[in-house]
Amino acid sequence: MYKLLQIELYKIFRRPRTYISFAAITALIGIIQLGLLRDGEAYVGFMMSNVAQTFSFDGKILNGYLVCYVLLQLLLVHVPLLIALIAADMISGEANMGTLRLMLTKPISRTSFLLAKFAASAIYTFLLLVWIAILALFVSMFLFGTDDMVIQKTNYIVQLPVGDVFWRYVGAFGFALLAMLTVASLGFFLSNFAENSIGPIVATMSVIIFFTILSTMSIPLFQKIQPFLFTTHMVNWKEFFDPQVNSENAVIPGTIQHTSRIINSAFVLVLHIIGFFVATLYFFNKKDVLS
Amino acid sequence: MRLFILTALLFVFQSIAFGQDMAALVNKVKAKLDKVNDYVAEGNMKTDVAFIKAPVGRVKVYFKKPNHFKLKRDGGISILPKGGVTVNMSTLVSGNDFVAVAAGEAIVNNIKTKVIKLLPTSDNSDVVLSTIYVDEAKLLIIKASTTTKENGSFEIEMSYGKYVDFALPDKVNFSFNTKDYKMPKGVALEFEDEEKYTETEKIKRKKGRVQITYSNYTINQGIADTIFK
Repeated sequence: MYKLLQIELYKIFRRPRTYISFAAITALIGIIQLGLLRDGEAYVGFMMSNVAQTFSFDGKILNGYLVCYVLLQLLLVHVPLLIALIAADMISGEANMGTLRLMLTKPISRTSFLLAKFAASAIYTFLLLVWIAILALFVSMFLFGTDDMVIQKTNYIVQLPVGDVFWRYVGAFGFALLAMLTVASLGFFLSNFAENSIGPIVATMSVIIFFTILSTMSIPLFQKIQPFLFTTHMVNWKEFFDPQVNSENAVIPGTIQHTSRIINSAFVLVLHIIGFFVATLYFFNKKDVLS
Repeated sequence: MRLFILTALLFVFQSIAFGQDMAALVNKVKAKLDKVNDYVAEGNMKTDVAFIKAPVGRVKVYFKKPNHFKLKRDGGISILPKGGVTVNMSTLVSGNDFVAVAAGEAIVNNIKTKVIKLLPTSDNSDVVLSTIYVDEAKLLIIKASTTTKENGSFEIEMSYGKYVDFALPDKVNFSFNTKDYKMPKGVALEFEDEEKYTETEKIKRKKGRVQITYSNYTINQGIADTIFK
């Protein structure tokens, strides 16, 4: 099994396509950081214009923690597309090259074969997130420094003390990993049904775009189905940045307002990962491999 | 007719006498406040605004005559209502560009106070009207309500302790009106159902409070002007 995983990882990281994601993320984060370094104050002014008439803010609002939050808000909607590039190619890519049938002639079970492939795409997803964390969090902390984190939610503004932020990012990235693994498992599942990579990659992207639009729109009809869409749960990493308050409306450090939402969404995402993988296993084991 | 003229004259003289009394009282309060040329105070600040979740933070407050005031959070970001928090009692009664008018008596926090309305004489003043509640016996301002042109209305309530001789409060409560806060769900990328508010909650959401509890003052030790820049 370990040998199989090594082979799959070798195949993933040998292809130039794999590095497109890393390069795209580096470029995107770099350009946003550069923009914020140059005109960050204007961005913060625009962000706070809602409350600037009543309140004045004194301190370093534009700091590494806020920049990372802004980046994650932008990126975690688009990173699924980069993950689909690899995950949706895992089986269909082999079928396209004609190596799938050849590989299955080896004395390994189809389950082990799929497990190794899925584990390899999970490792790729994990490494991509680690790369995002390095660039978005650590590089931003280095470039912009750290301070309290002030973020805006739909109905309120949250200020988190500087010492109460880092662990929230650890949690948020952990949650984001679950969200991205859901995308990887969807791509992996769709990869089972095609003989070339384009179809499953485009199909995975389409499902994500379609579900994200449904999740975003505040139309009563859509709101009824939103809890059942995994894209609705994917953005709940933000709950890590919503602390509880005491009776005097003061933030209680180290707390999360809606822990149940995080647990519920994590459960839904894990269920999707298992569901997609089991379905892939079921169809792949029944499949007549001809390519 | 004579009786009417006499009553009118009596009323006018009485008003002038009261006005002078009030001006004298304000001057006495001012004289007490004038004992402080500058101070640095440390304390805790609590922000209680319905749509702001902020932690209790350590703050440092700097004051220097005539009206330099700076509030700094010890390591962190401070979110302060515009205008209100930076107003202190010295700046409120400093100068002579106001008319003090007696407005009766009131009990504030179980203290009998004289109510004085301060009407600015200058057209350029941001303050439209201030009402101060003065403890006549101790020459302390217990409460002040101020209406401004630019920053709305706010109320300041003070309780005194260790530094009562300098008329410096141990606890200050700023109450102010806020505007409604709302951000589109699409921008915040939040898909959860919005919280619904009752009418009472909506009214409560429009009121804000900042409470500063001072632990110690360093008085008249001199402060560099650069602090206020």
